Amino acid sequence: MTNNSNVILEVKNLNVEFTTDDGVVHAVNNVSYKVERGKTLAIVGESGSGKSVSSLAVMGLLTGSNAKVTGEVFFNETELVGSDPEVVRKLRGDEIAMIFQDPLSALHPYYTIGAQLIEAVLVHNDIKNDVAHARAKEMLERVGIPSVDQRMDEYPHQLSGGMRQRVMIAMALINDPEVLIADEPTTALDVTVQAQILDLLRELQKEFGTAIVLITHDLGVVADLADEVMVMYGGSVVEHAEVRDLYYQPQMPYTWGLLASVPQISDKQGQLDPIPGSPPSLLRLPPGCVFAPRCTFKDQVPGAKCSTDFPDLISVSENHEARCHLTKDQRTSIRIERNIGKANQ
Amino acid sequence: MVPYIVRRIFVMILMLTILSIVTFLLFNAVPTDPARLTCGKTCTPQIVAANRIRLGLDQPLITQYLEWIKGIFVGRTYGSGSATFECHTPCLGYSFRNGEEVTPMILKALPVTMYLALGAFLIWMVVGISAGIFAAKHQGKWQDRLVMSISLIGYSLPVFFVGLLLLIFVIVRWNFLPYPDYVSPFVNPVGFFQTMLLPWITLAILYAAYYARLTRSQMLETMGEDYIRSARAKGLPEKVVVRKHAFRAGLTPIVTSAGLDLAGLLGGAVITEYIFSLPGLGRLSIHAVTEYDLPTITATVLVAAVFVIVMNLVVDLLYAAIDPRVRLS
Repeated sequence: MTNNSNVILEVKNLNVEFTTDDGVVHAVNNVSYKVERGKTLAIVGESGSGKSVSSLAVMGLLTGSNAKVTGEVFFNETELVGSDPEVVRKLRGDEIAMIFQDPLSALHPYYTIGAQLIEAVLVHNDIKNDVAHARAKEMLERVGIPSVDQRMDEYPHQLSGGMRQRVMIAMALINDPEVLIADEPTTALDVTVQAQILDLLRELQKEFGTAIVLITHDLGVVADLADEVMVMYGGSVVEHAEVRDLYYQPQMPYTWGLLASVPQISDKQGQLDPIPGSPPSLLRLPPGCVFAPRCTFKDQVPGAKCSTDFPDLISVSENHEARCHLTKDQRTSIRIERNIGKANQ
Repeated sequence: MVPYIVRRIFVMILMLTILSIVTFLLFNAVPTDPARLTCGKTCTPQIVAANRIRLGLDQPLITQYLEWIKGIFVGRTYGSGSATFECHTPCLGYSFRNGEEVTPMILKALPVTMYLALGAFLIWMVVGISAGIFAAKHQGKWQDRLVMSISLIGYSLPVFFVGLLLLIFVIVRWNFLPYPDYVSPFVNPVGFFQTMLLPWITLAILYAAYYARLTRSQMLETMGEDYIRSARAKGLPEKVVVRKHAFRAGLTPIVTSAGLDLAGLLGGAVITEYIFSLPGLGRLSIHAVTEYDLPTITATVLVAAVFVIVMNLVVDLLYAAIDPRVRLS
């Protein structure tokens, strides 16, 4: 599969379909990526772009519902899609862990913090309860929770939002997983707390060597934490680049839109540039490029190609791929004109 | 937690007081003269008048009420002089129809109803909840549809229909069981079980059907919660996810319903008791109603209401035991 032994998680042509009464929802279409040990891949996109669903599919958490997952997911050369659910279950929480957006609803309201952490240890380790207890305490201390002895016996609702997310992180990392999937880990938190949580994630990543798949719609968070960025739109990857390239050399109109809609303190206009329109229905994707209906540049492509052909993900430069029918020169001139990224580089 | 319990008990006492007033007023609200009911066909106005004084019915309502309450706590003596009779603590009144104190009648009927209610309760909780969890686990598949169809049928069948059907076939036609003849389980356990089996099943069918549906919908709701996804993300086996995480979270409404349903039954399962000739509270109250036995009616209403109020407290305490968020607020 891969000649790079440093790759811990590889996703190849992942597709997720949901069968509903209204038809088939194509939530994820041909998504491929690799994550190396200790590196961070950010998946960016609006709600409904398939970023969360694709990671739930990787975790094997879509089984039992009406979802159909196809493609390949390799964890350390073990194929996960279509394999014995028991194999995937044993990897879950042990080698691949996940933290969620809202830590209040993601922690069980009826069990103490300690009980939930200890449970996470015991399910994957054949050890005594008091050893697990000590491990849980140690981990809580590690994620910066004060007066741990007391916290162990408390319930999620007794903690602040930031503390809860720290507990979630402790719970996810308690078995020292190789991969951590963080699904909007800071979205539900105050801005000041967001920064603390991101710092914590970065520190822990360094300490544990965990690969992180960071799902977010916050490009600020991406710049902070990611090595690589994958932009998703309408269930497809539309741009995939190293973080520097994505900010400095964005190649796809949707990425431009995303970058333009980030507030800049230095921006003298004092106005945000939102992307017009709304994301497509995954039930009825547009026939050509998924982004065409909202793209302000589609008229520059001859023959209305954007409305008929979905562009391939083509390599722009090394480790940089994008989907767009615009020619390289067109993109460069638009970027210079609009002052997107560092257009002159 | 302790202040919470104290507060709840205080509220409970208040409710019981209000309840006793309402029950007492009920006694006086019937469109007939309670004193007239104390003597039979050969009644003369003199006897009615004498009984009125003996029972204190000539007193103002408030005095009558206080006498009644006093009787419950310390007993009371009816009449004066040579024509007195004692009603022992806790005195719930004297039934002229039966010529005996009401309290012993209630105490005799109560265990029967309790055995009936608790037995049925156990069966329906085990069957209903298991069926509900099973259906939820197989949501949308044939197992789910089968369980839900059966429960719909069970839920649609009235108790008198199921009861009579069982009685006719199991006892009358097939002679699988002897004719119902209630005996105490301490006197004749086998006879007791033989008598109680069909009433238990009759009641349990209805309630089990309801609890299967309730449990299923609760489970489906909690299975969609974020913390269930977290539990799966931890790598917990599905069995643990369902039993430990989802079921516990979906338990609250089930406990509420269970408490109130049990309380309702403890007040007397009228139809079931009647069909299977069980001398329980339900049958006692039906007899009392048909015979205009006012003190007995009042007493059975009071007892049934006390069960409801006490079970409410129990349910609330169970809430606190299940959900830590209730405990601390």
